[in-house]
Amino acid sequence: MPAVSMTVNGKAVTADVDPRTLLVQFLREHLRLTGTHVGCDTSQCGACVVHLNGIAVKSCTTLALQADGGTVLTIEGLAAPDGPLHPMQEAFREHHGLQCGFCTPGMVMTAVDMVNRLGNDLDEHTIREQLDGNLCRCTGYHNIVKAIAAGAKAMTGASKAA
Amino acid sequence: MTATGIGAAVRRKEDFRFVTGKGQYTDDISRPGETRAVFVRSPHAHAKIKRVETSAAAAMPGVLAVLTGAQLAADKIGNLICGWMIHSKDGSPMKMAPHPAIAAEKVCYVGDPVAVVVAETLAQARDAAEQVKVDYEPLPAVTDPAKAQSATQIHEVAPKNTIFQWSLGDADATDAALRSAKHVTRLDIVNNRMVPNAMEPRVAIGEYDRGSDSFTLWNTTQNPHVARLVISAFIGMAPENKLRVIAPDVGGGFGSKIFIYPEEVVCLWASRRVGRPVKWTAERSEAFLSDAHGRDHATHAEMAFGEDGKILGIKVKTIANLGGYMSTFSSSIPTYLYATLLSGEYDIPAIYCEVDAVYTNTVPIDAVRGAGRPEATFVVERLVEVGAREMGIDPADLRKKNFIKSFPHQTPVIMAYDAGDYDASLKAAMELADVKGFAKRKRESVRSGKLRGIGYSTYIEACGIAPSQAVGSLGAGVGLWESAEVRVNPTGSIEVLTGSHSHGQGHETTFAQVVADRLGVPIESISVVHGDTDKVQFGMGTYGSRSGAVGISAVVKALDKVEAKAKKVAAFMLEASEGDIEFKDGKFTVAGTDKSAAWGEVALNAYIAHKFTGAQLEPGLKEGAFYDPTNFTFPAGCHICEVEVDPDTGRTDVVAWTAVDDFGTVVNPMIVEGQVHGGVAHGIGQALLERAVYNDDGQLVSGSLLDYSMPRADHLPSLQVSTIMTKAPSNPLGIKGCGEAGAIAAPAAVINAITDAIGSEDLAMPATSQAVWAAIRKAGKLQQAAE
Repeated sequence: MPAVSMTVNGKAVTADVDPRTLLVQFLREHLRLTGTHVGCDTSQCGACVVHLNGIAVKSCTTLALQADGGTVLTIEGLAAPDGPLHPMQEAFREHHGLQCGFCTPGMVMTAVDMVNRLGNDLDEHTIREQLDGNLCRCTGYHNIVKAIAAGAKAMTGASKAA
Repeated sequence: MTATGIGAAVRRKEDFRFVTGKGQYTDDISRPGETRAVFVRSPHAHAKIKRVETSAAAAMPGVLAVLTGAQLAADKIGNLICGWMIHSKDGSPMKMAPHPAIAAEKVCYVGDPVAVVVAETLAQARDAAEQVKVDYEPLPAVTDPAKAQSATQIHEVAPKNTIFQWSLGDADATDAALRSAKHVTRLDIVNNRMVPNAMEPRVAIGEYDRGSDSFTLWNTTQNPHVARLVISAFIGMAPENKLRVIAPDVGGGFGSKIFIYPEEVVCLWASRRVGRPVKWTAERSEAFLSDAHGRDHATHAEMAFGEDGKILGIKVKTIANLGGYMSTFSSSIPTYLYATLLSGEYDIPAIYCEVDAVYTNTVPIDAVRGAGRPEATFVVERLVEVGAREMGIDPADLRKKNFIKSFPHQTPVIMAYDAGDYDASLKAAMELADVKGFAKRKRESVRSGKLRGIGYSTYIEACGIAPSQAVGSLGAGVGLWESAEVRVNPTGSIEVLTGSHSHGQGHETTFAQVVADRLGVPIESISVVHGDTDKVQFGMGTYGSRSGAVGISAVVKALDKVEAKAKKVAAFMLEASEGDIEFKDGKFTVAGTDKSAAWGEVALNAYIAHKFTGAQLEPGLKEGAFYDPTNFTFPAGCHICEVEVDPDTGRTDVVAWTAVDDFGTVVNPMIVEGQVHGGVAHGIGQALLERAVYNDDGQLVSGSLLDYSMPRADHLPSLQVSTIMTKAPSNPLGIKGCGEAGAIAAPAAVINAITDAIGSEDLAMPATSQAVWAAIRKAGKLQQAAE
């Protein structure tokens, strides 16, 4: 089995994996980082979104080997373990942008990526269009949209990557 | 109102773990020695199983077992059951066909399990599953409920594929109303089949412990106790005391996780066979083929109007698809959760409804958010809207004319509405939606080449499910009360154990708010425990918008007992008579004195028991209660949808949504609004986007999220949500329930708006761009022909 090495949430990890191992399987099963979820098998729902080398990717459609040598950020690494929540996490909580919580890690990682790409001032139309790759059955997106707009503003001045 | 009490928009206690990725969903659990299961599923909609060849698969690397329906039967694992008995008009019982967890003799839908492979890894199990060879003899299949009764018989017990022919109401009186009517509105309606699609796919982990001869099941379920009861008492896996069911964080349910499914039964059984934990995780495509679907009615409905637009009667004939087998509560959905709501918010003297439930070669159908009530609301609200248009009466005025105005009100179809103010919700919604400004907005749309329409839905639902005696008399196999236990610790902190189950509803917050409000204890000192049959004794779970009205009512009843006991303790502490003890804001005082004891002191004294002897008062402070409702609750309200349609493409944009709902007492308005948002999105999804499509061979054509259109953020507008309040008189806090309202109200509002915009009633759900475009063209052609 080939070896794969990457940095996940600031920690260097190496493992031998079956070549068909998906990045999300590597995160969930090898590293036990179960905050990244799998909600579909056609790359539609976005519950599995993580950042690979600073860009949002669907980890269900990425092989672990494709991330070899890369830097991965998951929901668990977004805020320091003993520090305050990341502004986007805080915004989801404050604006009730989650119910069952299953889509939430992917939503938050997508939202942070959105701010990284498009800046801190996001209007409703932009947010709704940019959420095209993330599904939620609970919230009707209403409060997710509010949370992302507020989280984006709160990220002003904060470090871009996280 | 305190900052954390009833009525406060408290931020949710559960959110920290969810926003940090620390939730604990079933698939996040990994048991020592865990193996993985993959199901081999039928590719045929209807076929005899001639042979299942497993030896090649069994020889594959890592494979521990390949199990079939024959082995399941040999091990005497019982069939899955439907727990609600419905009798036909002729008195005969419903025709429940055997439903083995793994098919042995024939398959009845694409996705029906025929074998399971258990292997060391998921990849090994998948590889081996491909090597299981099944020899089928295909049979003709039927998927359309309207054609089921003349199709090839699926189950021996059910001639003409008919499960029951049921009726409710007074046929003669309704026919008389139709005969004497000034105007009759007639509609043929297909209520489109939906796939529930909770974002978390179903997962089960079965673990057998040989030492204690007991099982544990970790399961994505909305009602772990009912799962334990059924798997124990009917399927015969293990006695109840030898089966623990744990439902950890569950990623949405929407009804689909109420039911007892084959996979959880098989994981338990297989874990005993292989002597190791067995885990199954559904893929999304597998969920499409195995989660119970919803709706799928074909209906003809007629509404009789009198001289002045007064509704005289409503007559409905529905064929309801129940799929290939009867799922756990399937029989109750198109009957007692459907026909009983056909009075809507209106005073209708005569109602008659016939329902034929049929088998088809499709995934079983059961409750999906709203369950029967969206179908009823769609029938009633379309009839009223179309009737108004046909008679040239303003749709809002016609509704007002027919609203029930005094309570209690006994409908002709069982329900006794106990409180409501339908005029108030309609009036408030019309103001918020600026109905007065609609004509101007319509003109502006026309200027930009668009059509604009407005649609109402003044809905009602029966929630707070349900009074046990009532549902028992209607055929339910269980009582539908709820349990609660309030455990006060010696330091005054509290655990609330509930038989309700939260899978997004925020019970950890709202249940704690009720306790904080009552006992004056900080909300941080209150933990809510649910979802584990070893912790909570019994409960009926969460569905039918019942957790507030029934689950919280059980908590309130337990709190009554806790307060009564605590007063006794305080009386000993304060050397006063029990009758003189008053309790307010977390403090016990002796009336007319300055003597007092704080909550924490009383809790401690209950346990150290230094101030009283056991003969006078038992030590401890822990009370349980079972609350059985005395009536359903009746959330109701008005939703108004405004759409803009592009006549060239048929594209429909929902440009404004206004909801004014009456949910009775609201514990947490932030959470309630969120429930409405989600419900409305679900309903807009049904109206515009979603439909499970089977081809004539029984293949599910819309079998993935690529093919089945779930609402995305850019399909939906921001939603204007508000409430009015009439308290539910039947429960202590006056709660009615809110979880399904949006999904019940929305479809009719959307279709009423689009048909208003395009000037044609000939439009079925989902109103995709193509369907709307075609409806516009068809109406145009007819118009031209008429000219």
